[in-house]
Amino acid sequence: MAEYRLKTPLTDEDIQMLQIGDQVLLTGTIYMARDAAHKRMVDLLESGQSLPVNLRGEVIFYAGPCPPKPGQIIGPVAPTTAYRMDPYAPAMYEYGVKGTIGKGPRREMVKEACKQYGAISFAAVGGLSTILSRRVTDVEVVAYEDLGPEAIRRLEVEDFPLLVAYDAHGQDLYEQEIAKYENYNKNANKGVGI
Amino acid sequence: MRIVHVDQIIETVAKLCWEACYYLPEDVLAGFRRAEKTEASPIGKTILQQLLENAEEAKVNHMPYCHDTGMAVVFVEVGQDVHITGGNFLDSIQEGVRTGYREGYLRKSVVGDPLIRVNTGDNTPAVVHTEIVPGDQIKFTVLPKGGGSENMSAMKFLLPGEGMQGVKNFVLQTIKEAGGKACPPVVVGVGIGGSFDKVTSLAKHAVLREIGVHHHEPHIAQLEKELLEEINNTGIGPQGLGGTSTALWVPIETYACHITALPVAVNIQCHAARKKTAVL
Ligand code: SF4
Repeated sequence: MAEYRLKTPLTDEDIQMLQIGDQVLLTGTIYMARDAAHKRMVDLLESGQSLPVNLRGEVIFYAGPCPPKPGQIIGPVAPTTAYRMDPYAPAMYEYGVKGTIGKGPRREMVKEACKQYGAISFAAVGGLSTILSRRVTDVEVVAYEDLGPEAIRRLEVEDFPLLVAYDAHGQDLYEQEIAKYENYNKNANKGVGI
Repeated sequence: MRIVHVDQIIETVAKLCWEACYYLPEDVLAGFRRAEKTEASPIGKTILQQLLENAEEAKVNHMPYCHDTGMAVVFVEVGQDVHITGGNFLDSIQEGVRTGYREGYLRKSVVGDPLIRVNTGDNTPAVVHTEIVPGDQIKFTVLPKGGGSENMSAMKFLLPGEGMQGVKNFVLQTIKEAGGKACPPVVVGVGIGGSFDKVTSLAKHAVLREIGVHHHEPHIAQLEKELLEEINNTGIGPQGLGGTSTALWVPIETYACHITALPVAVNIQCHAARKKTAVL
């Protein structure tokens, strides 16, 4: 479980190097998109059309912020549940997206897509919204403005804290870690421990 | 008889909306602190520390703790000796929510039609539960309910013979299916008994109970203790990334039920366990 400071765009070497459990502080440009924007984008990809923003090689952050108070760059923001984007994720990775940021476990199809297309599914802490918003240095709506909090936004982030949840080698952090702590206290009380 | 003007209701509800979203209740923070001490997973421990830090930053900067400021669920207990003037009571609650979400810079997360799905732009309508009680006061509780945990909630009719064990199995199964998607550490509100509608309402009311307070019936308190232990033995942990702090508390509420029925409902409340009460 190594720690890295990485810059976007992520290179193929970066991606091959990352292993589940690695902590990454990410700096650079990322794109925010969630349910409604994904539905539109995958419809476009399926009909062979281009996306409103070029996301090849980019990282997508599944999130929708609060409105900013006067003087704030962005309102509180943290990842939304990643599994709702699972039906769209393989198509987005195939298109060329290199990383996604969400919260919570994902389905087999995402694990496999990460392996097949050489990509990462990162976890950030759901609900860590005040802290994460302070790592955003710039924000701009770049497509689907009509979707309000669900519009696609370009973000500049600095040292944005992430964990590698699914890597390009087919590993799954959720599965690995939960297995370690199942019945942990029960076993500890019996002196079994792990 | 006491007279209350709707303007007072609007003001009270508006303030409760943003206060609930900015300032996490003390019982929840105490729960985080306890969990942080006992958490066995290093990743889990770090997450709990971050949650405490996030709560502190939200409080100091008067900002929402979590960006999903939810659909507002408003519980109102109206004293039977109160007379409301100046407008429609239910409209004033919606106006309070509208004002609170606008003035508090909270996220608007409500779509007007569940199938057409256009955002209403002001986070109304709220879900309002009204009860008439003795007295001449009105008590308001606002529970901003995020989607991540609400979506993982579940209800089932068990066979009466399945009893305690059946209830346990269903609660555990619901928590395992939710895993990291519901943003653990969670508060697991459980309803047992009543009817189809009543049991979910019991589960929802249960999450309002203060963390650390058990049910007054000894057999239910015992069930709460056992479930808490078993849920924390699932290994799910903070954010589902493994650990021993999956739930902070398991409050259960019960009600009488039909001879043929044993309904159970589980309302999952994520770590953004926001709730705020005021009395007018
Ligand atoms: S589940 Fe709760 S803590 Fe997690 S993002 Fe939703 S509201 Fe926030």
